Amino acid sequence: MDLTLRVWRQEGPDRPGAFEEYPAPGISSDASFVEMLDIVNDRLTLEGREPIAFEHDCREGICGSCGVMINGRAHGPQKGTATCQLHMRKFADGEVITVEPWRAAGFPILKDLVVDRTAFDRIIEAGGYIMVDTGSAPDANLIPVPQEAAEAVMDAAACIGCGACVAACPNSAAQLFTAAKVAHLNLLPQGQPERFTRVESMVETMESFFGSCSNHGECEQACPKSISLDFIALLNRDYIRAKWRNPRLAARH
Amino acid sequence: MQLDAKTPEGSLGEKWDNHRFSIPLVAPPNRRKFQVIVVGTGLAGAAAAATLGELGYNVKTFTYHDSNRRAHSIAAQGGINASKNYRNDGDSDYRLFYDTIKGGDYRSREANVYRLAQVSGEIIDQATAQGVPFGREYGGLLANRSFGGVQVSRTFYARGQTGQQLLLGAYQALARQIEAGTVTPFNRCEMLDLVVADGRAVGIVVRDLLTGEIGTHSAHAVVLATGGYSNVYFLSTNAKASNATAIWRAYRRGALFANPCFTQIHPTCIPQADEFQSKLTLMSESLRNDGRIWVPVQFDETRPAGQIPEDERDYYLERRYPAFGNLVPRDVASRAAKKEVDAGKGMGPMRNGVYLDFADAIGRLGRDTIEARYGNLFEMYERITGEDPYEVPMRIYPAPHYTMGGLWVDYDLMTTIPGLYTIGEANFSDHGANRLGASALMQGLADGYFILPNTIAAYLSEHLGTDPMPTDHPAFAAVVSEVEDRVQRLLSANGSRTVDWFHRELGKIVWEHCGMARSAVGLEKALVEIPVLEEEFFADVKIVGEGDSLNQTLEKAGRVADYFQLAELMCRDAVQREESCGGHFRVEYTTAEGEAKRNDDEFAFVAAWQFEGDGAEPCLVEEPLEFENVELKTRSYK
Amino acid sequence: MTITKDAPARRRYPWPIEFYRSAVGKKWVMAVTGIALLGYIVAHMLGNLKVYFGPEEIKQYGEALRDLGGDLVPRTNLLWILRIGLLGAALLHIHAAYSLTYTNWKARGGRYRERDYAAVTYASRTMRLTGTVVLLFVLFHLADFTWGVKPAATSEFFRGDIYANLVASFERLPVAVFYVIANLALGLHIYHGTWSLFQSLGWSHPRFNRWRRWLAAGLTLAVVAINLSFPIAVQVGILEI
Ligand SMILES: Cc1cc2nc3c(=O)[nH]c(=O)nc-3n(C[C@H](O)[C@H](O)[C@H](O)COP(=O)(O)OP(=O)(O)OC[C@H]3O[C@@H](n4cnc5c(N)ncnc54)[C@H](O)[C@@H]3O)c2cc1C
Ligand code: HEM
Ligand code: HEM
Ligand code: SF4
Ligand code: F3S
Ligand code: FES
Repeated sequence: MDLTLRVWRQEGPDRPGAFEEYPAPGISSDASFVEMLDIVNDRLTLEGREPIAFEHDCREGICGSCGVMINGRAHGPQKGTATCQLHMRKFADGEVITVEPWRAAGFPILKDLVVDRTAFDRIIEAGGYIMVDTGSAPDANLIPVPQEAAEAVMDAAACIGCGACVAACPNSAAQLFTAAKVAHLNLLPQGQPERFTRVESMVETMESFFGSCSNHGECEQACPKSISLDFIALLNRDYIRAKWRNPRLAARH
Repeated sequence: MQLDAKTPEGSLGEKWDNHRFSIPLVAPPNRRKFQVIVVGTGLAGAAAAATLGELGYNVKTFTYHDSNRRAHSIAAQGGINASKNYRNDGDSDYRLFYDTIKGGDYRSREANVYRLAQVSGEIIDQATAQGVPFGREYGGLLANRSFGGVQVSRTFYARGQTGQQLLLGAYQALARQIEAGTVTPFNRCEMLDLVVADGRAVGIVVRDLLTGEIGTHSAHAVVLATGGYSNVYFLSTNAKASNATAIWRAYRRGALFANPCFTQIHPTCIPQADEFQSKLTLMSESLRNDGRIWVPVQFDETRPAGQIPEDERDYYLERRYPAFGNLVPRDVASRAAKKEVDAGKGMGPMRNGVYLDFADAIGRLGRDTIEARYGNLFEMYERITGEDPYEVPMRIYPAPHYTMGGLWVDYDLMTTIPGLYTIGEANFSDHGANRLGASALMQGLADGYFILPNTIAAYLSEHLGTDPMPTDHPAFAAVVSEVEDRVQRLLSANGSRTVDWFHRELGKIVWEHCGMARSAVGLEKALVEIPVLEEEFFADVKIVGEGDSLNQTLEKAGRVADYFQLAELMCRDAVQREESCGGHFRVEYTTAEGEAKRNDDEFAFVAAWQFEGDGAEPCLVEEPLEFENVELKTRSYK
Repeated sequence: MTITKDAPARRRYPWPIEFYRSAVGKKWVMAVTGIALLGYIVAHMLGNLKVYFGPEEIKQYGEALRDLGGDLVPRTNLLWILRIGLLGAALLHIHAAYSLTYTNWKARGGRYRERDYAAVTYASRTMRLTGTVVLLFVLFHLADFTWGVKPAATSEFFRGDIYANLVASFERLPVAVFYVIANLALGLHIYHGTWSLFQSLGWSHPRFNRWRRWLAAGLTLAVVAINLSFPIAVQVGILEI
């Protein structure tokens, strides 16, 4: 395939950026999107031009490192697919492909297509865990979890922390990511004791970096794990309940 | 040099207890006075750092990833073993121990493996309490699946994302300690060397990947949890950035490297599709439960699979191993596939795959059942290849997957450099010459949560009242200047070939000669070719950009640079080991039927290599393996 | 390392303020006030239908409103309470809307050169616009029918003669057109708003989730159809003095 890339190039965090165009002839339709970038980068290197910086690691849609805006869609046109799993056969020969980094104030651009997603770690640090010191756990089968609940938890826990939800959201809101993390823990019996303090501090930390949710639903469409908007409803409900209820009676949900 | 594994006294079952009792403790108020560096925040590193933080130690973590959640561990699919015996099917610590020793072809240490089995149950408890959503039965209790090479059902799983969920559990525990201030994370920060002074590990030298700044950190003890080195083959199932730099630098500073040639090739991966392919994707082992593996009888077959009649197909595993059929262990299945492809029976555009066919299973069980069992894998396959495995058989081929070799450690997980510990896939571990499915996650977490945080006290307690070595000590400056020179050397080559080009070439050599089948002739050839390629690399590699900002090519080049010598050491180790065992298959040492032939009389030892300086041959130190509890047998799957 | 700063330490405020300071809290307030406003719209719309039964019916209806509460409370008191409640709800709704708009505007990191939406609707993208149109409409509407301020109100404006005022007003073509546009905007606003409020309040259940969009569509259709019918009926001469 012969393609043309229109790529955002930016030297560093506070530098101005601009689009540059690179012809990408002779790309195999079996190549993945990141392999296509590899090829373009190798060619750039040999021409003595600096290769395009982009993040990737597992290349099988699980680590959440990769992720760029492709023709205006986070992770590109295929639903439920991370950039690294997207293959060039989804594009037309001769196509001009626009590639941009995630854009959100909470994700400052570091270089070219690489952004800083540390804000997600901050949200987790604010309470995205169950406090259990190593060694203090009871036998695993002491806490039965209904299978349906376990499945719902797994649906939420599948989030790979890629940030596409923020990138796709017109408000740059991180609601879907935070909701997925909160739901993962708040739906489990083990997560109940800290349920309300957790949601409060995670939401407030989230809001110090990101926008608010207007229920556009764009995030769910962009999410490579198709995390459901229903978890956002759950997040809102738990947050509101956290604000209204008496923390001393927290054990009674 | 004499290696002392420091195996504790007592019967197998008592050793760990005895040992824990004999370790001097560090009193809680004193723990805060100890600085511990943990490099790597995969399963092993995150678990260790979080636990050390909980205990009250002062921990610094380092990872080249942007977040602790992204380590390669996240990609593990199948599951994690534990001898819970929830199924009441005769499992026990002893059986898990036995299966692991046998699966490893009797090349691991009994005491370590038994301890692994002993703590395995606690890992499941810990992970469950953290909120890891393991699969459940309708009654709400934990479910299990079976894995290759064993007859009990002891594998716990979270859909096809067990590694992800376990890592998130450890990452969250670590996040909690970061919030509590006991752990300071240094992300996007790559360890480039180890500082050894006064005969012990005193700190590390790192490069900040965003600013390019070379920095130093000192501590009372350094823990390496930096994962395996399968990427030496270029094409592997490992994450692209996984690398050997940390352990390789430690080796060069005096830590012994054990069994480098013990690597695992996984039989069911999607074959390479073109020259530009950057990595290989694993298709879970579980597919072999329902898929039938075959190749055409005819050489250079050109018809599509569907048009090849039944009597012109060779179901070679069923034919050669009637008892186990398609479910023979990984190493056997891998070698058999290679044999067919080498014979010219490979299928697909590059003629490099064998068929894994579900037509019979779909006919027998219906498409819906197959979809329920493997839907997500089929989808993954379809996404990568563009072919629908419900309609045409999958094509699979073996790929490098795991490295059993690694830094030599004693029972305390300490390397031969005092104060330097290695955990997880980075150490030479408990898996001998072959790892059983679902045991790497178990080992990483056992090391991180339960073993290292206990054993490290033995070393630390000796250093109570001392400060970490100040980083303005000349020992640090010396290493820093070496690191800077290395970076400069790479940047200044300004040659004509890319880093990936060299990596690919190296990969081809290692795969060819130190991959699934090895021979003295081939290995000797590799030992000649690798140094030549290394020399070319340093002379002719091209890196554009500077060292003082984010430069991914430079990062990659530094990692590849360390692979050449590692590859050499692997070949050297493979030449030396004149037997076939586990993943190490020497064509010269086979039975009359062409199966692997172990030589317990001469090779029942751990081969630990000592660095003797550039240009000099490394020195082999043997740690004899004594088997007091199990009897050494030949594996047979006929 | 990272260039992301730590989350700023937050000062704690008394509970209601604390709640309203968070975006999720503001959205809750918007949803609750939105429901109140929606309730008014629906009731007002049903009440207005009485014009089709003639001048007397609608006048009586107006009186009945003023008599709300019967003899238990002084005349028009309850109506005033409702009015104040609605005004309060509207003010909160608007304040939250503008404040969230500002938050979201700050949270954005620049525009994408190319953008291809997969889920947003025209309605969801234009909430601020349609909300503002509705706000302007209400001001005009009050001037027209309640305060009788010219030129919004006609020169024939007579307080209490709802039917005559209405017909006189809608006979002016530009006014009729403005009503049509404003009610279309209102339709867009409540189409997204009605579905959105379920999410904001955390009302989510597999049993009714698939009805949320239908409810929004049905409500919008009813409100738009009925509200548009008045100016159109006057223009085509179905309603006349
Ligand atoms: C596709 C696949 C599937 C698998 N499935 C299973 C399975 O089902 N069951 C099972 O038991 N095992 C499985 N394994 C094996 C298992 O995943 C790994 O062995 C295990 O996760 C290794 O964990 P680790 O903590 O030792 O290292 P890793 O997870 O590799 O972590 C290494 C860490 O070290 C850091 N690091 C490395 N070098 C440096 C440096 N120089 N400076 C700073 N940081 C550094 C990295 O950033 C990372 O944080 C699978 C492996 C693969 C490839
Ligand atoms: C009678 C009039 C109105 C009704 C019935 C109404 C109703 C609603 C409802 C139900 C919502 C959804 C709330 C949620 O998602 O929780 C909403 C949202 C909104 N309203 Fe209104 N509203 C009215 C007037 C206004 C006015 C006058 C403005 C502003 C000028 C306004 C601006 C908004 C905005 C911007 C939102 C979206 C907020 C967000 O999602 O971030 N609305 N409205
Ligand atoms: C086309 C449709 C509409 C018609 C025919 C209509 C008609 C009227 C009339 C005749 C009055 C005066 C009632 C009286 O004095 O007792 C009135 C009052 C009012 N209308 Fe409407 N209206 C319409 C739509 C709307 C809409 C869409 C809104 C809000 C968004 C609205 C808000 C109000 C308000 C706030 C009052 C004042 C109520 C009071 O005095 O308490 N109207 N309307
Ligand atoms: S919710 Fe989806 S889009 Fe958002 S970070 Fe998680 S996986 Fe990525
Ligand atoms: S796209 Fe944005 S507005 Fe909410 S529903 Fe998703 S976060
Ligand atoms: S590279 Fe890991 S998710 Fe794409």
